[in-house]
Amino acid sequence: MFAALMLVFGAAVVLNRNPVASALSLVLSFLGLAALFMSLDAYFIGIIQVLVYAGAVMVLFLFIIMLLDIRAEERRKLNVVAVVGGGAVALALFVQICLVVGQLRGADETAPALPAGAADDVRQVGLLLFGSYNLPFQVIAVLVLVATIGVIVLSKRELR
Amino acid sequence: MATLGHYLIVSGLLFTIGFAGVMLRRSIIIIFMSLELMLNAANLSLVAFSRFRVAPDGLPNYNAHVFVFFIITVAAAEVAVGLAIIVALYRARQTTHVEDISSLKF
Repeated sequence: MFAALMLVFGAAVVLNRNPVASALSLVLSFLGLAALFMSLDAYFIGIIQVLVYAGAVMVLFLFIIMLLDIRAEERRKLNVVAVVGGGAVALALFVQICLVVGQLRGADETAPALPAGAADDVRQVGLLLFGSYNLPFQVIAVLVLVATIGVIVLSKRELR
Repeated sequence: MATLGHYLIVSGLLFTIGFAGVMLRRSIIIIFMSLELMLNAANLSLVAFSRFRVAPDGLPNYNAHVFVFFIITVAAAEVAVGLAIIVALYRARQTTHVEDISSLKF
């Protein structure tokens, strides 16, 4: 059910003409995705998804859409070749994915039951993050700092 | 009961929707949102594999969760930088329509 919710609103993102409606559909799509993560016992990832995407990223998108005052796209002459070609390539990609999943070994197995009391995934992820993945974690911190500085430089009035 | 194949098909469908958005839409903001959809489809298949291919002790493979965490962080940074670029572009050209931005086109 959450998968259907996610896919319907994902399609609404692409099909809506109004960018604000697209952005709000994207929020609902990400909430459905977070519910799917929780159904896969990935509670930490689900909560991070809600916080980062439905919270921070969406506010950024809406802020930019309203700052730039982008109105609903006026109906331009559609480039028929581009639409048909793009649709065909996307369809071919999906068929390819279906074929690969169909051949995947063990694609029809259900999830093995977790041992009792194994729902402490935040603890496990934290142990890995600050243990074996400590260096990538620090590098990510530097990346976020660089992104912050880059955004400030980009948003200055004149790029001289 | 949901199987691994179901999750992978849903993930593939979400990726296809994002891909179609990048191919078909001409507004740069919508293209950016579709990119986010594609990133999240990849996250979904990573988490599905971690849950269905359990480690010998019966727990999910938490390396995938750490990987998804890193992807979400990088995606958030990418959104911030990308939107700043879009704002700078809008200041220079007064448009967010990709067909109007063709100076580099062959």
